[in-house]
Amino acid sequence: MNTVGKRRSMLGRAVVYALLVVLACAMLLPFAWLVRSSLCDDRAVVLPLERLRDFVPPTLHPENYPAVFTAIRFFRYLLNTVVVTGGVVVGMVVSSSLCAYAFAFCRVRYSRIVFYGVLATMMLPGVVTLIPVFILFRELGWVDTLKPLIVPAFFGSPFAIFLFRQFFLGLPRELIEAARIDGATNLQIYWRIVMPLSRPVMIAVGIFAFMGAWNDFMGPLIFLNSESNWTLQLGLSSFMGQVANQWNLLMAATVMVLVPVLVVFFALQRYFIRGIALTGLKG
Amino acid sequence: MMAGRRRRLSPLAREDRRDFWLFLSPWVLGFLCFGAGPIVASLVLSFTDYSIFRPPQWVGLANYREMLAADPLIAKALWNTLFYTAFAVPLGTVCALLLAVVLNQKVRGLSVWRTVFYLPAVVSGVAMAVLWRWIFNPEIGLANTLLRPFLRLFDLPDPKWLLDPVLAKPAYVLMSVWGVGGGMIIFLAALQGIPKHLYEAAEIDGAGALSKFRHVTLPMLTPVIFFSLTMGFIGSFQIFTQAYVMSGRGVDNSTLFYVLYLFEQAFRYFRMGYAAAMAWVLFAIVLVVTVVQFRLAKRWVFYAGGEG
Repeated sequence: MNTVGKRRSMLGRAVVYALLVVLACAMLLPFAWLVRSSLCDDRAVVLPLERLRDFVPPTLHPENYPAVFTAIRFFRYLLNTVVVTGGVVVGMVVSSSLCAYAFAFCRVRYSRIVFYGVLATMMLPGVVTLIPVFILFRELGWVDTLKPLIVPAFFGSPFAIFLFRQFFLGLPRELIEAARIDGATNLQIYWRIVMPLSRPVMIAVGIFAFMGAWNDFMGPLIFLNSESNWTLQLGLSSFMGQVANQWNLLMAATVMVLVPVLVVFFALQRYFIRGIALTGLKG
Repeated sequence: MMAGRRRRLSPLAREDRRDFWLFLSPWVLGFLCFGAGPIVASLVLSFTDYSIFRPPQWVGLANYREMLAADPLIAKALWNTLFYTAFAVPLGTVCALLLAVVLNQKVRGLSVWRTVFYLPAVVSGVAMAVLWRWIFNPEIGLANTLLRPFLRLFDLPDPKWLLDPVLAKPAYVLMSVWGVGGGMIIFLAALQGIPKHLYEAAEIDGAGALSKFRHVTLPMLTPVIFFSLTMGFIGSFQIFTQAYVMSGRGVDNSTLFYVLYLFEQAFRYFRMGYAAAMAWVLFAIVLVVTVVQFRLAKRWVFYAGGEG
């Protein structure tokens, strides 16, 4: 390569890195703003920023965080959210992996067609079924309990079934065949061979289920009435309605609602990224 | 004939057929209870007047007629939603694609960049909406704090963002672009799956960087672009949480999105029949657009190695 070409590619790389730094700052700035606001006192938080160095508040107020606990019943909402989220994660992993097993290992002719049918339901807008499902749970007397938020997860989700199936198809076929020859039933193969090998995809589906349940707002909004049944999302939304000018407390509460999501994301990032990458691939 | 064929199935195959439906039963049950059943029920309800406190009354097409002729907010909500979708989805797809292409230039510390750009996509729900409502606060929000020095240069007033009927929807689009990380990861994976020899062949033919992008990268990515547009449309057409938390109906109903209005009809005014009719119209729109997208896809989506 001649020197001109080299210099051009050096310049190109410099442009790429400069672009990345600018974009990364743009992406992270809202987070910085959030944390900054959560540490201001209630006067500083509503003062317009005149100078850049005011971005770091003159005095830090970490006591905003415990103050949230007295302003709203944070732990009550947290407990409800954990119950819902835990139920949804377990339900979705168990049911979706069972369904995916059928598609991956039961040799029936119409397997592929049924699978495409399941995938097609992914395009169904959830809102269309909202009202009859609400009426159904109302008739069951489940409104204002956590059940309507948890139970549907035990019936599989097309997206999770898709992820499990893709993973199952990559497992060594011989293992399953060998077990069959030894007379193992499908349920035994599922439980003893397939599931123990499926940790990565279980984690990926688990994370998606966790994120979905943790961040769900419309479900709790529709099904939960009593304040003692609220999830964090409902609590945060209602807190926003009553804080008036205490944006600092609201931001502290927001940070606390976000932290578990971020912790899960950072701890399990590998699985997460791989799971998302899978969604774009066709099977 | 059938009996003969059945007898020829080996015991293993018969067991497989039974187990297929047994293993699949959660989904089948769920589909009946939470999918197909409710869709049919929703259609029936849409021909009724139903407040959940009294039994439904058959009203024929009255709900649909009201939507078309007597309720100007339907058109408004549809327009708001289409506006948001028409900008947010293509813009999000283009940004995700460009970001992925930049990250695919063998940059150092790929995993760190990837995390940073993906991070906003992890944040959703009420927390994200509260944060952005705060960012768009006209007096003390981050958006105007950053813009103010430039606006002062030209003596322009501070934009009111969510409180301005013209700027409210663009504000939502801006927020949605912040979360392009999910699309970026999908594109990045697809980019890494493009065979190297295609680029080598293009280089031998004397292709520069731009023409390699246009003639190799872009065609190979069309299936993922298609996926991103299709799912993006379905998702953004149902925007709700952000609207509910950030601005509600907005000034002059400028952020009255379709699902927000549906929610109000169903759970604020308890007009379940009307809301069901709205849901069916939404279903029809999504169905038509998706079918059209699939039809058009045949012209521009390129599947290397055919179907499968």
